[in-house]
This record gives sequence, C-alpha cells and structure tokens, in this order.
Amino acid sequence: MPSDALPTRRPRSEHWVAPLDETPLQAVDAADTTSTPRSLWAEAGHSLVRNPVFVISALLILFVLFVAAFPQVFTSQDPRYGNLSIANQPPGSEHPFGTSRQGYDIMARTFWGARTSVIIGFFAMLGSTLIGGMIGALAGYVGGWFDEVLSRITDVFFAVPLVLGAIVVATRLGEMSLWTVIAVLSVFGWTNVARIMRGAVISTKSQDYVTSSIALGASSPSVLLRHVIPNAIAPVIVTATVNLGVFIVAEATLSFLGVGLPANAVSWGGDISAARDALRTQPSMLFYPSVALAVTVLSFIMLGDAVRDALDPKARKR
Amino acid sequence: MPLTLAACGGGDDGGGAGNGGDGGGTGEPIFANTTEPENPLIPTNTGEVGGGRIIVMLFAGLVYYTADGTAENDLAESIESEDNQNWTIKIREGLTYSDGSTPITAQDFVNAWSFGANAANAQLGQYFFEPFEGYDELSAEGVAADATLSGLEVVDDTTFTARLVSAQSDFPTRLGYSAYMPLPPTAFDDIDAYGEAPLANGPYKLESWTHDQSLVLVPNESYDGPRAPQNAGITFTVYQDPETMYLDLQSDNVDVVDQLPGSALATFEDDLGDRAVNAPGAVFQSITLPGYDPNFEGEAGPLRRQALSRAIDRQSICDNLFFGTRTPATDFVSPVIPGGGATDLPGAEVLEFDEAEAKKLWEEAEAIKPFEGPLTLAYNADGPHSDWVEAVCNSLTNVLGIEAKPTPFPAFGEMREQIRKRELMGTWRSGWQADYPSAYNFLGPLYGSAAADGKGSNDGDYKNPEFDQLLADGLAAESEDEAIALWQEAEALLIRDLPVLPLWYQNTIGGFSTLVSDVEYGWDTVPLYHQITK
Amino acid sequence: MIWYIGRRLLQMIPVFLGATLIVYLMAFYTSGDPILALAGDKPISPAVEQQLREQYNLDQHVLVQWLLYLKSVLTFDLGVGFNGRPIWDQIAAAFPTTMRLAIIAVVVESIFGIIAGVISGLRKGKLIDTTLLMLSLLLIATPTFVLGFLAQFVFGLQLGISPINVGRDPSWVNLLLPGFVLGGVSFAYVLRLTRTSIAETATADHVRTATAKGLTRGGVVSRHILRNSLIPVVTFIGADLGALMGGAIVTERVFNIPGIGTLLFSSITSGEAPMIVSLVTLLVIIFLLSNLVVDLLYGLLDPRIRYAK
Repeated sequence: MPSDALPTRRPRSEHWVAPLDETPLQAVDAADTTSTPRSLWAEAGHSLVRNPVFVISALLILFVLFVAAFPQVFTSQDPRYGNLSIANQPPGSEHPFGTSRQGYDIMARTFWGARTSVIIGFFAMLGSTLIGGMIGALAGYVGGWFDEVLSRITDVFFAVPLVLGAIVVATRLGEMSLWTVIAVLSVFGWTNVARIMRGAVISTKSQDYVTSSIALGASSPSVLLRHVIPNAIAPVIVTATVNLGVFIVAEATLSFLGVGLPANAVSWGGDISAARDALRTQPSMLFYPSVALAVTVLSFIMLGDAVRDALDPKARKR
Repeated sequence: MPLTLAACGGGDDGGGAGNGGDGGGTGEPIFANTTEPENPLIPTNTGEVGGGRIIVMLFAGLVYYTADGTAENDLAESIESEDNQNWTIKIREGLTYSDGSTPITAQDFVNAWSFGANAANAQLGQYFFEPFEGYDELSAEGVAADATLSGLEVVDDTTFTARLVSAQSDFPTRLGYSAYMPLPPTAFDDIDAYGEAPLANGPYKLESWTHDQSLVLVPNESYDGPRAPQNAGITFTVYQDPETMYLDLQSDNVDVVDQLPGSALATFEDDLGDRAVNAPGAVFQSITLPGYDPNFEGEAGPLRRQALSRAIDRQSICDNLFFGTRTPATDFVSPVIPGGGATDLPGAEVLEFDEAEAKKLWEEAEAIKPFEGPLTLAYNADGPHSDWVEAVCNSLTNVLGIEAKPTPFPAFGEMREQIRKRELMGTWRSGWQADYPSAYNFLGPLYGSAAADGKGSNDGDYKNPEFDQLLADGLAAESEDEAIALWQEAEALLIRDLPVLPLWYQNTIGGFSTLVSDVEYGWDTVPLYHQITK
Repeated sequence: MIWYIGRRLLQMIPVFLGATLIVYLMAFYTSGDPILALAGDKPISPAVEQQLREQYNLDQHVLVQWLLYLKSVLTFDLGVGFNGRPIWDQIAAAFPTTMRLAIIAVVVESIFGIIAGVISGLRKGKLIDTTLLMLSLLLIATPTFVLGFLAQFVFGLQLGISPINVGRDPSWVNLLLPGFVLGGVSFAYVLRLTRTSIAETATADHVRTATAKGLTRGGVVSRHILRNSLIPVVTFIGADLGALMGGAIVTERVFNIPGIGTLLFSSITSGEAPMIVSLVTLLVIIFLLSNLVVDLLYGLLDPRIRYAK
C-alpha cells in the first residue's frame, strides 16, 4: 500500500477515526523505531531459524560434519583393511552393512568416506568460489575490454571437458590424490560462480549509493570491497552451497571415468563406482554409499535453497 | 526367430546382414561383439583384438590355428626346412582373392611382408619381421619406401623362400598370425583406402563397415580352404561397454561374445548354463619388478621378490574378484600353449601363497638392506585393473605389514612413457597376450636380453646369458618336445630370479545365445566364428 | 541488431584461438607419449616410432603443432586420426547422434521441467510441491552413471521396453531413454528455476490485478504468469544445449552410444591432440552460438531489452 494512504496522515480523518489511545491500532506504533533496523542478514537469519527445511538440513549437515570429523565414533573397523577371505558377506553382526568385494567393511567405508567427500566438496567449493568470485567481480567491476577478455576465458573453461582437465592436472601433479581432485574440480568448476558474481556486481554497481560513494571520492578497490561485494555475495553463497553438493557427485563421476582417486582411497564416489560390478549380486554395496552421498548432497542443496529464500525478500512473502 | 535388422546401423547402403545372398555359407548370419578396429584393416598394422578378429576372418594366411592352437595349413601346401633357418614355402595353386579373378601368388606374400617390415610404412606389426634377414636394413632411418626384405625370394608363382637370421623351430607356427597375410598388388596403390574395404582372401569378405557401430561380413565364395563358413555371415557390433553387451546376450540380440562385464562374472555360468564358456586362455598377467629399482637389486633383491610373490593370495583373488575366470599362474607360459601350464617346475612353490614364509623372507631381506617404501604398484586406470591391483596391495599390506599403494595412471601412454624412459620406480602391472601359440612367444620377447634396454618388451631389463642360451637352443631344436624341454629349463631360471611376479592367466570367457550351436573358442580366446551355425 | 550479431560472431574468433591453444597445450602435456600408447605392451622399433611421429607432426614443438593445426582448420582438412580415418569424417559421423541425444534431453527437460515447475510454483509449500522438489534434489544428488544403470536395468532388462545397447541403431526412438537420463539433472534445475520464478511472479501486482479483474485461473497462468517467468528458464535451457553435448560422455558410455562424448573420451585417453582440440572447439562454438540465440530470444520475450550496437 502506498504510504500516503495511511488514514492518520489525512487531515480530515480525525472526524471519523477514534482517538489513537482508544484503538488497538497503537500496537502498530509499538515498533521500536529507536533501535537500528535489522540488516538483510539479520532478517534472513530470523526467517531461517523458523524454516523447517533449514533446520533439518542444518542438522543433517552437522551430523555429516560430525561423522566426517570423528568416523571412529560410529565404527571400530578399519576401512582400509581389505581381506578377500571375508569378501562379499551379507549384513551380519560382525559387519552390519556386510562386506564388499574387496572384503572391506561397508559400514566403516561409508562412515570414513564422509571425510573424503566432505573435504573434497568443501575445498572444491572454496577454491571454485574464490576463483570464480574474483574473476567475476573483476570482470563486472572493471568492465570494458577487460570484462570481454575474462568472459571469453570463462567461456573457454566452461567448455573444456572435466575429464580432460582431470587427466592434465593428475599428470602434471604426478599422481591422483585428494588434492588433485580438489584442484581439478576448483579449476574447472568456477565458471557458474563467475557468471553470477559478474551479473550481481554489474547490477549493484549501477545502484545510486555506489555511484555516490564513488562521487564522494572512495577509491575503486574500497568501493568494490565495501559496497559491491557484500551485496553481490548472497547469490554466490547460494550457488556455492549447491556446487558443494555437485562437486561431491562429480568426484564419483571422475572415479567412474577412471580419473578419480586411487583405488585404495576411501570415498563414496570410488565405492559407488566400484559397486557397479556388484550391481547384480550385491546391491547393498551400491546402496549405502549412494544413500550417504545423496543425503549429504541433498542437505547442502536444501540449505542453499533455504538461504536463498531467506535472502530474497520477494520469495519470503508468502 | 525375431531377428533385429537394426544391426546394420546407419543403414547407409541398405545392405543388411540378411541378404548376403551371393553364395557360400548356410543358415542365418550371426551377431558377434567387437571393439572398433583401431586402424584400417591392414594386417601388418593390426595388433589389437578388435581389428585382429576381423582380419582373421577376412584373410587367409599360410596356416591357421585350430581351437587348441595347432597350426594347420590354410593356403600353404608345404612349409619346409632342413635347418630351421632357410625355409621353402609352397602355396596351393589356383587360389584367388574374393573378386574371383585376382590370383594369390608367392609375390603377394613377399610384397606384404616387405611392406610390413619397411619402417617407412610405420606398421605397428613391424617387429614380427625381426627374424628375417634384411630386417635391420629396413628398420634403419630414411629407408627407401620400396625397399624389400632381402631374406625373401620368389622362386615361382606359388613358391618362395625365406632366410632367417637364426634357427627358429617354431617358424611355421608363427605364420598364422595376422601380420603374415598376403596382400593383392592393388592394395599398395592406396593402403589406407584398401584398409577401409580390403580385397582379401579369407572365409568372409567385408560387405560394410559403419564406423563405431558395426562391420558386416558375408561369406566369400572364392575361398577354398579348411575354414569354410558354416553360417550366412557375421555382423560384428561395436560395444564400448561389456555391460551392454551382456544384457544383449541375455536377450539373444547378440549370438556370441568373448568378453563379460565385471558384474556378470559371478553369475554368468548360472545365467547362461551350458551356453557359458570359461576355460584357460593365452593372456598372462604379472607384476614387473624392475631390475633397476634399488629395492630389487643386490643380495636382498631375490629375497624380496620371493617374499612379495609369496604374499599374494592368487587363488583367493581369482576366486573372489574374478569368480574363477582366471587361473592362478604356476609358471610363465599359458596352459593352452604346448609346454605351458607346467606345475612341476623346480622352485614353483614360490608362486604359492604362504604368509609365514613371506614374512620370513621379507625379514631376511630387511636384515640385509632395509626397504625404502612405500611399495607402489602402477597401473593404467583406463583399463580394467584397479580391482585386482587394490586386492594385491591389500594382500601385501596385510601379510608384510608394509604400505602398498595402488598408483593409477590416467592414460596408458603416460605409463608407457615412464617405463620406456626407465623412470618408473616401484612395481607395475604388466601383461602379455600371445601373438601365436608358441611357448617361445611368452619368453623371448619378454625376458630375453635382446629385448631389454628399450629394444623390446623386456621392460624390467632382465638379463641372463644362461637364459638367452637356453632359448636359442630351443629355437634350433630338432623337435617340438626337445624345444619345450629346453624352454622349461629356461623357465626354471625365471622362477628363481622372478623378473616379474606371475599372477594368473586370463580365461577365455564368454557365452552364446540360444540361437546358435557349434560354438568353439580358439586358443587366443576369440571364437572360431566360421564354425558357428544358426 | 545485425551489428550486434556481427559483433558477437567476431568475438568468437579470440575464443576459438584461445580455446584451441589451451586445449592443445593440455592435450600435449597429458597422457604421456601417444605413440607408445599405440604400441601398448608390444615392442616398437625406433624407426617406426620416428616415422609415426613425423606422420602426426608429433616431432614438432607444441606451438608449431598448434599452428599446423590452425592451418589444417583453415584449409578444412583436419587430417587423419590415429585410427587412419579422417578426423572430420569421424566427427561428422558422431555429431548427429549426440545432437539428437542432446535435443531429446533439452525437450525432456523443457517440457517436464516447466510443467512440474509451474505446478510446484503455484502450489508452493503444498505436498505436491514438496514431492517434486525432493524428486528434483534426488536427481541432482544421484550421479548420472548410477541413474543410467538403473534405467538400463529397469527399462531395458526387466521391462524390455527400450534397447539396452543403443550403439547399434542410434535412432530417435532408441535414444529416448538415454535422453531422459542425460536430461535428468537439467530437468531438476529447470523445475527449480521455473518454480522460483513462477512463485515470484504469482505474487506480482499485475497478476493480482488480472485476478481481480476476474480473469480465469488458466488465463492468468498462461498469459500473465508464464510469459513473465520463463525468461530465466529460457536462458538456462539455451545455454544447456551446449553443456549437454559436452556432458554426454557418461551417458554415451553407459548406453554405448557412438557420439561426440565417446569420441572425446577415447581421444583424451589416447592423447590424440587434433581430435581433442577439434571436438572441444566444436563444443565451445555450439555453446557460444546457443548463448547468442538465447540472448536474441531474450529480446523477443522481454521488449525492454535492446541490444547495444
């Protein structure tokens, strides 16, 4: 409603509206106008804790993080101990989820695998967000030919196949390890963050308050840091959370294509890919790591959704 | 039977498999699996199994192999020698290529072999001509493109002679390999175009080749030899993935396959019943322990090699990971080869799993010189190796208490390059698929000194003059039995020195549909397609 | 408008040069020695090796190789691949299949994604919305190859309604199942995008006005909500066509489809630089072109947008 429609401001309204202190309308004015208004973030935080999706996904993520940090709490078995004489066992008291083709305890692999997957997801997310955020912010802020060049570079990276990148990085770094996989995913997964950052920076840059702060003599880097980035970061955070889940899945795909972690690494992706051969005989080998992976990825994506809804005032109004 | 004609893929010329029509063969065409040939179908340039199986059906050489690996005459009337070094080869008269008019002559063999041996033509099968006199001149740099093998001489239209650099008693056996096929004179006008649609002389001729999809073969009515087709043609479907192939087999969409997906190994014998095939084959797998790695040298070296060998539970890996589709090695030569699969070689117990003995040997080695770990086992991740590499490493870790690390190379080329430069330390997976059914082929090219130092496939640089001598004696032997006895003596030396750790022989595995019968697999794990009836 | 298109097309030249150089360098510094990979476990004599190297220009400096490659592109003769077949023929044979696959995937993701997204967006917070949302999240969280196996197993083997091996006959019908699998993840994104966009537009003032005016529900949805909320969706779908063609590696592998992805994967593992570069460049160009088309469509959907000269 337009603010000038408020009856109290109309000069003739006194004739027919009861005095303020006699109406419950005073509650409207009870808002504490002296306190500082809540920022976008505080507002978002407030709506988040009331959102069941957020609460559930946050709890799930906390659980996954806990598992990743202390897998030994949940299982006493060594996930790397493979003994063929106990291979392919169905679930039983000794091995609650059964054993794999290599004779690993599937339960131990599932819990310890959380560590690898979370580390890969988190650091790849961090890496790609840093690379993409910086490139996108620079492209959007500086603009002109610089933007053109960076955007074209983004196009190239967008199109280079992940497998090729994975092989190159693995070859250059000598062997495939946790950090090579993270490097590959970061180097080839930053393009969507860069696009979003660039778009957000460009739209924020043209806002009046940014123009005025430049007019007031603020230097470019400080404008970028103080005004543009904080406002552009919300969509980036959302994309990054979703990316985190996508990276965990991508690690599995790399294993499937034979350019993932070495065979003895404990990871969900590797286990899922290895379970392919047992699809007919022992589906539980595929089941547990898949469920663990799906739940983890799901909770990160749900978290991203909830944060997005909270940060977007339009989506919040129901 | 509902037969899907979809198999002709792109259907560019409408020439379906069903209408071979021009004589030869009976019944219906069969469907088989293959991988896309890596090269045009030129015999001397085809070393891999995808193209090899098609070359064997399209071409007929001097000899062919029966299911048990015996070489019998195909085009040859006789292959004779007094001294195993100078050979006289006669081919049957009146033979023609599949056009029915071009005659097959002795000159065609000389031309084809010279072409293959001449380095200017860069044929991958060039090394097969190493035993011939004149090979060295043809492999020199800057050789003229039309230079011929000086060891070959045409006597008349159907006779030629071959002079070898040394005695080779298994020479006739080799001649069934695809590199030794004849080529018609027109082939050399444009060899790559020829390879796309070869005019050949085998039991079948190539009707169409839709790249990456299928190759359609129909009987060649001009073929007059022991391998007459018993079916109306073969359609080879290109599969990227054995998983798909197996599902096709179960639904009778493919008639005969010689490969199975890992997921079906446990169940295929139950799934297929007596249509399942599982018998020892001629592929040998091993782990190379290079002689130049300090860990495997000196006094501690042999002890350490033995300890590693005894710490690998071959039987258990064959049973649990391969579900009995591989046979634990007891020697260095495949059991399907005459003289292979010996179980009574002196010292062969070193290939048996024995935890206590492994630990003891390892500790003895440690006392002499401590191991500088971790132990790495390199493999190429683009092949199906990660499973067993992981299991072997687990076995070594559990028994010896050392850190054994699978080390994947994303692409085969990278691994080969490091091996070639002798930069790859630690151990790596190695394998050998025999080119022809002779025990020598499993020994000479892999452990002979002549093949060491980057000149052949002796990647671990094993050098033992005694071993070399026994091999040479075997090649000069009067009879096969005598040769085999000498080569087994040579094998005993390998068992003592363990230049590689023999692991297992890959079985011939596969299966066939309910629509076909008379299915038999050759010594080289490839089905004898021409015999199959449908 | 023409100026705009011309400018965009000109921009592709540096991208082309950059992409080929980067990919050439990557291909060169990877997968070891392609000639040794060709020989495999078997021996190869130095003379043959040398001959092969010269044949494929592998004896040249990497930058020279790149220049030679550019020359081969400009003369429309990409040369012969390691398997003896002209590279151009191989790409031309594989391209239509992958294109078909990608088109099916795009159609699937558009139709199903938008319908599900609209339903979800209009019923935000209801059971059907939650169900569709969970389904889309599950699709994102499942690796494509797992999805592919399951589809193959259920529809191919158990129900027998789709061929398991598409490689034999990659026709439109046979590519349907792989197309669904390939489009699965994008379907989830389209659904989520449409849902958000619809939910946003559904509460916009002009929609309320339309409803207040007494328009039917269907009229409001089709005329006022859909058109306004589809802009971001169209952007995504357009850009996705290019991404899908490159992303088909896994799907093509699972379903045994002889397309661009299969070709790309095998050339990457064998280190065949000219083939890798040609394919990647092709993918970049498709990607750029589809982006251009999207930007032009944008102007049709949203008259407020005008193109700079």
